[in-house]
Amino acid sequence: MSQKVLDILKSTFGSAILETKSEHGDETAVVATSEWRKIAKFLRDDSRTDMQMMVDLCGVDFPHREPRFEVVMHLSSLNLGHRLRLKTRVGDSDGDGAEVDSVVPIWPGANWFERETFDLMGISFLGHPDLRRILMYPEFVGHPLRKDYPADKTQPLIALREGFEKLPPFDRHEGMSFGRQVFRSGKAD
Amino acid sequence: MEPLDQELEEGELELPSEPMSLNMGPSHPAMHGTIRIVMELSGETIMKTDVQIGYLHRGFEKMCERGSWTQVFPYVDRCNYASAMLNNVGYALAVEKLLDVKTTERCQYYRVVLGELARIADHLTCNGAMAMELGAFTPLLWFIKGREMIYDVLEEETGARLTHSFGRVGGMAKPPSPNFKEMVRGVIPRILGILAEAESLLLSNRIFMDRLQGVGKITAAQAIALGWTGPCLRSTGVPYDVRKAHPYLVYDRFTFDVPVGQDGDNWDRFMVRLEEIRQSGRIIEQALDQMPDDGPINIDDPRIVLPPKDEVYNTIEGTIQHFKIVMEGIKVPAGEAYGYTEGGNGELGFYLVSDGSGTPYRVRIRPPCFAITQALGGLITGLMIPDVVPTFGSLNMIGGECDH
Amino acid sequence: MSTTTRVFEGGEQGFATTRLDAFIGWAQKYSLFMYPFVTACCGMEFFSMTSPRYDLSRFGAEVPRFSPRQADLLWVVGTISQRQAPVLKRVYEQMLDPKWVMAFGTCASCGGFYDNYTTLAGIDKIIPCDIYIPGCPPRPEAVFDGLMLLQDKIARGDRTPGIVKPREDPAAGLVQLHNKVKAPA
Repeated sequence: MSQKVLDILKSTFGSAILETKSEHGDETAVVATSEWRKIAKFLRDDSRTDMQMMVDLCGVDFPHREPRFEVVMHLSSLNLGHRLRLKTRVGDSDGDGAEVDSVVPIWPGANWFERETFDLMGISFLGHPDLRRILMYPEFVGHPLRKDYPADKTQPLIALREGFEKLPPFDRHEGMSFGRQVFRSGKAD
Repeated sequence: MEPLDQELEEGELELPSEPMSLNMGPSHPAMHGTIRIVMELSGETIMKTDVQIGYLHRGFEKMCERGSWTQVFPYVDRCNYASAMLNNVGYALAVEKLLDVKTTERCQYYRVVLGELARIADHLTCNGAMAMELGAFTPLLWFIKGREMIYDVLEEETGARLTHSFGRVGGMAKPPSPNFKEMVRGVIPRILGILAEAESLLLSNRIFMDRLQGVGKITAAQAIALGWTGPCLRSTGVPYDVRKAHPYLVYDRFTFDVPVGQDGDNWDRFMVRLEEIRQSGRIIEQALDQMPDDGPINIDDPRIVLPPKDEVYNTIEGTIQHFKIVMEGIKVPAGEAYGYTEGGNGELGFYLVSDGSGTPYRVRIRPPCFAITQALGGLITGLMIPDVVPTFGSLNMIGGECDH
Repeated sequence: MSTTTRVFEGGEQGFATTRLDAFIGWAQKYSLFMYPFVTACCGMEFFSMTSPRYDLSRFGAEVPRFSPRQADLLWVVGTISQRQAPVLKRVYEQMLDPKWVMAFGTCASCGGFYDNYTTLAGIDKIIPCDIYIPGCPPRPEAVFDGLMLLQDKIARGDRTPGIVKPREDPAAGLVQLHNKVKAPA
């Protein structure tokens, strides 16, 4: 449906568009990280694409790939009715060096989405007006949505009460541990 | 000492002026979940704000990665808990998009009716809470009475009043009960009656109007740039409704209007939600007339849907199918999809990444009120403290969705 | 701290040692001022409880006092995250004695199915709790049951922990309660 957006992008930016695909009714374009902001601005300003709304911005962690993270942005045009998913790949295998330009100057609505991606994934956005944690508290160390952060590792802010027991049968060692996907190194994704 | 009837400039009075910092803390009576607004005030006018969310962050996205695709439904329910069925339907549609399957006719109508009932419950709660915070306690009690009727229907259908986890990939958990249509047809006129009574109390009340009109204004261009969708965007004049713009399920078979406001202030948001309840009533009536009375609810695909229990106990294929789906999860082919529907607050999107196994690789929820709440700081700057309460109430921030 | 488990049947009578204690217990239990520390989905059921159908004011407990200094029953309604924990502890410490704490819902009792990096696994990890009401969210009737058990505890002046066994439902003999919604009148 939005195939023409992909064609416009390919004809305007050529080699900066690394891959495009169209599956399940969505069009996706993977772009080079250095052209992120230019392509985003073009998509908003060009009258053939007219992407007035930035719908979502998030990160996905692929720990066995290099570069490790994918920054995924969904755009939509209210007037023309088409949508696009724009992706770029950043970061090395330890999770450092994940930086991409911020699109807040283009769509102010990207503000909290970028803060959330920084908070949970550790991807920095250059040029963001106020890049700090949003969902986790400032004293938290680490980026919880990464695959190598264990899901149940807590960092309590205050000391927990000592010297009391829950009555049986609800002792803390009882109950089922249910984690289906455990991060194992060497597992192919 | 100067005589008091002389005109004085502000600057001539030597009053010390230091901005005062006020914290509307995470536990506050405006019962909208937990959010912290740190404001810097000059007198009673707000100069700067910092809206801090995250007090209800429950790690939804991380929890989804440890289970199967079907085990995500209870988590998704608790995101927008005021309209839980819409979340179920949205997530089920997103997984079905990734699987490239379409559910049966009867299931689509069933999802539409239950979803619209949930939308009515959400709007009743939002408007009732907003009226209560301005001092009008009675309309809240009437709206809760209406909401209880909806909960009765949902309890009869799904077994639970609030967080039903009723959706499944490829259908619903159970078919509709035999008196489903009668029950819903009995409930809708009563809710519309309650709406009319509450409107007669509120809409010509001078105090109510003065507190809401002209407060918390935003223009359409600003709203679109901020990523607003849903009733808040429609109150600014943009007629964007996912059900009309990108119809899903069977919404293209119904005639309904999309209420649109003009000024984008609190009054318009309140009125748009009231009107949407009426439009949802229209949709439900048309859906009940068109819904087939028999036929399967679940699609007939052994890789996705659990078999009926007598097959599980009596045939070997049923046992194996049940075992594989429950223990390993539905094998969604590797890929990604973004499925979006009209949630209670706007465009509720699910971006799903699958690696081909039965466990989701990444489930990203695009919460509509996350984008809406990021504008709160800008909206209340320049207003006074009592204006914060109806402005925040009209945005309908649901903590479970915003903090996911 | 007891090492044997006390098992309650619900509706236990009398340990208050003097008639004055019994009278004070009676007065306290029927005039609980609540501090509704509402966070999540259980808040929707909390709304329903204060509404006319499941009327909370028949128990004398419907008055919300939005200052902890004026409240004596802390209703912890919904999930408490690690970020919210210091706030909850501070609110609890600001309340004056005698005070009671109710964990409304599974997330407040034990963390629910959110056993992750961000959820506090039950409020009793930071404050002492007097009654735990399970349910996700609990039906209003379940909350009333918990509230009545708490009222019994208050009347007895009892602070010992115990487990409440499943009891006979007094309404079990009545015919189908679920046909509540009738055709249009």
